[in-house]
Amino acid sequence: MTTKKSDFLFRLYLVIFLAYLLLPLIVMGGAAFNDSRFPSVFPWAGFTLNWFVELWNDARLINSFKNTILVALAVVLLSVPIGAAAAILINSIGGATRSILYGLMVAPILTPGAVIGISTLLFWNKLAVPLGLHLAVLGQVSYIAAFVMLLVLARLQSFDRSLEEAALDLGASHSMVLRRILLPHLYPALGAGAVIAFFQSIENFNITLFTRGPYDTLTVYVFSKVRSGITPTINALAVILIAVTLTGALVVELRRRRVQAKSA
Amino acid sequence: MSASVELQDVCADFGSFRAVDNVSLSIEAGEFFSFLGPSGCGKTTILRMVSGFISPTAGTISIGGKDMRNQRPNQRPTALIFQNLALFPLMPIWENIAFGLEARGVDKKTRRKRAEELLALVDLPNAADKTVAQLSGGQKQRVAIARALAVEPSVMLLDEPLSALDLKLRQHMRAELRAIQKRTNVTFIYITHDQGEALAMSDRVAVMSHGKLQQVAPPREIYNQPATGFVAAFVGESNIFSGTLASRSGDRGEFQTESGVFKGRLGPDIGDGAKLYVRPEHVKLDAAAINGNTIPVEVTDIAFEGNFISIQTIDATGRTVVSETRNDGTASVPDRGTKLFASFDADKAFILADEAKNQPVAAA
Amino acid sequence: MNDLVHRYGTALTLLMCLAVAFWLVILVIVPNLYLFENSFRPYLPVQDMGGPKDVYTLKNYLTFFNSPIHITVFISTVLYSSIVTVICFVLAYPLAYYLSKKVSVKSLPAIFLLLTVPLWVSEIMRSFAWFIILSLRGPLNYLLINIEVIDKPIRWMTGFRSVIIGLVYTYVLFMLFPIYNAIQSLDTAQIEAADDLGAPWWRIHWRVILPHAKPGIASGSVMVFMLSAGSILVPTLLASTNSRWFTEIIQQWMFESLDWNTGAAYAFLLLILCTVFVTLVMRIFRVKLSDIAK
Ligand SMILES: Nc1ncnc2c1ncn2[C@@H]1O[C@H](COP(=O)(O)OP(=O)(O)OP(=O)(O)O)[C@@H](O)[C@H]1O
Ligand SMILES: [Mg+2]
Repeated sequence: MTTKKSDFLFRLYLVIFLAYLLLPLIVMGGAAFNDSRFPSVFPWAGFTLNWFVELWNDARLINSFKNTILVALAVVLLSVPIGAAAAILINSIGGATRSILYGLMVAPILTPGAVIGISTLLFWNKLAVPLGLHLAVLGQVSYIAAFVMLLVLARLQSFDRSLEEAALDLGASHSMVLRRILLPHLYPALGAGAVIAFFQSIENFNITLFTRGPYDTLTVYVFSKVRSGITPTINALAVILIAVTLTGALVVELRRRRVQAKSA
Repeated sequence: MSASVELQDVCADFGSFRAVDNVSLSIEAGEFFSFLGPSGCGKTTILRMVSGFISPTAGTISIGGKDMRNQRPNQRPTALIFQNLALFPLMPIWENIAFGLEARGVDKKTRRKRAEELLALVDLPNAADKTVAQLSGGQKQRVAIARALAVEPSVMLLDEPLSALDLKLRQHMRAELRAIQKRTNVTFIYITHDQGEALAMSDRVAVMSHGKLQQVAPPREIYNQPATGFVAAFVGESNIFSGTLASRSGDRGEFQTESGVFKGRLGPDIGDGAKLYVRPEHVKLDAAAINGNTIPVEVTDIAFEGNFISIQTIDATGRTVVSETRNDGTASVPDRGTKLFASFDADKAFILADEAKNQPVAAA
Repeated sequence: MNDLVHRYGTALTLLMCLAVAFWLVILVIVPNLYLFENSFRPYLPVQDMGGPKDVYTLKNYLTFFNSPIHITVFISTVLYSSIVTVICFVLAYPLAYYLSKKVSVKSLPAIFLLLTVPLWVSEIMRSFAWFIILSLRGPLNYLLINIEVIDKPIRWMTGFRSVIIGLVYTYVLFMLFPIYNAIQSLDTAQIEAADDLGAPWWRIHWRVILPHAKPGIASGSVMVFMLSAGSILVPTLLASTNSRWFTEIIQQWMFESLDWNTGAAYAFLLLILCTVFVTLVMRIFRVKLSDIAK
């Protein structure tokens, strides 16, 4: 089974697959620097940074960027505590109640964004809450909290519950048990949860589309631009976003490796 | 500094399973008291009730004369050393030790100072800033003890604290624990399934089986005068003869077995199912028969154990009778196949209620 | 529960329960019930709401069942989402196997870094990239003409072709990672033992590796299908007039007709579709919900 030939084929496949994943992004990024009205890399009409300048002068874009960050921060602030509480709760119960609660908690992950968006819209509209970014936040929290819950729950599996009892036995108050024993153990999961919540929120389109009202977020704004007539400014924006997130991802990864190397 | 602990008719149920069955005993202030029993007999459950993590299904527990019914674990004057130690892995050693003080709002400088004093007490200077992962098993053990001592408990509860250590270290820590107990004069309640540990360290030992107390007595009495068949079989070795009680007079009885009729001391509460127990070191082997409690045997095997010699024999019915003699360097050892007479003193033989009758009891 | 009170006290426990209740009741259960309820109400002007005309009705669902076009769109959405799911599996499985059992541990982090790059780029940008590539005057046609494979540009974005390409590209990683995780937990010794016994490679996959990868395949399939059927961006960007997606019709009700009630009914149909799919997958693969959502 481990013949040379099959190994070569696998390797070839990996290269093709990676090319398939990355080439479109490179094409899109390249088009941001091409001096052509239509975003493309062929034919190459000369190098330009005009599209970045045009982007910078787009006030709506800057505004939608601010909105996106605000929404993402709010989502992090809500979904991390909710997800953590849910994980702690479900970890301490068993039997049928646990299965039911677990099912309810993961259901939003398996629900299409459009459904979450519309149900959120209808419900809050009934309560006379106007559309807007706050509803986008609530809609997003409903499924992002589930991601946090799953991360924290996984981390709780490695938690030795007798530590809490030991702390109580030594006279610690309940809040001290939480602050000094449980939360420090959960920090890695909470951190990962916060990062994932942040990016999921920035990414989100389906829920935001139905709940945003008159406000723009980045994805919605880009969507409307793409529909109304594309220009390479969108590519320029993509280049910036990719650069920022990749740098962020790289920094996180490098730091993780440094920590790992230190503890090893 | 130390307090007495009183258990009265304490029961603990998990569902329909009774883990602790009607236990009553009182532990004196400053005593080193051990619970001894096989795995699963309810020892940990008792400790968890005393420290307040579970409430008894029935009965009362009082510490220092005070009923503990509504006292939460963090309000009781007890400190529990967990079976797995439960040291806080994310804190340096000194914060581990000072955790109880932190909970009491002691300022950081005092905490640090106290932690270092306690580290000196348990013979671990220079460990203050290490992490838990950097310590060896024995060192972790001592940190756990220091952490418990830091809150100046009146009662220390220790759940098999030495079970994870190797033999040498275990023996060293036995002495150390005993010394710390004498120095601090705190009441120690100690759990173990290692009889050597219980007998060597304790002022008194409670032997348990299937959630029930079998005997509560000083170590010597546990060994020399077992109250039940379970104790006789579990603590030390015994030759066990099945049979029926033929007659009784006072605290003596005659016991009919297949191998013959033996005289022995009667234990408490003997019903139909009783057995006769006699320790190997009380079985003597002679060339000539002596009157009473004597049976002819044949030597089948000899085991040299260092400080003593164990001689295995079988009697006419084929049952094994073991005799042990101290090895003082001059003891003569019979050859295999030698025909001898085994005898034992009626004072050293016990007719006790059968352990098979102490089966687990389902809760009502 | 009692246990929680023991550890964290009444106040903290109550706080945690409240947070979870807020999430599950206010954000999940009640809005969905409300969606359900609304889908049975007629679309009325404001002054008629709560009036005599505001009664429960099946009208919104009948709109769907009486519209051959909508039914066709629904069926094509199901069909093409399933095709996307299958293609994603075919693409991802060999790679997942290769990565988990063959690649040296040293090169894995680098490969994974490269694999996850697209995940850091938002979905809209990924669809947009294919929009550029596949457009009539785009780089793909230009390239193909220049190397003389074709002599005039191909209209790629017609029918469901481009939608499938876009969806596969966008969601294939959601298939890859669960399968990778599942296969990785398989003891390599089992594969070697089967190999030792002379089993041909396809048999080893069929009898040993695939069964072990089941939870991963189930998880990946559910995610890819749900995301595809519920996708709005990809179909809007890459579909043509002759290839409409069900979510586009929902959008029409919500934003063009402003008939939220019929929109709710259609959204509910989509929800039912996904629920049925999850249930089917759980049955077929004999896995639990906790295997799928990890
Ligand atoms: N939370 C629980 N739920 C159900 N049964 C339990 C629980 N805790 C303990 N038990 C049962 O109660 C009995 C006594 O348990 P306990 O932990 O007190 O034993 P132990 O004497 O400490 O044993 P060991 O020497 O193995 O630590 C055991 O049979 C155990 O299975
Ligand atoms: Mg125990």
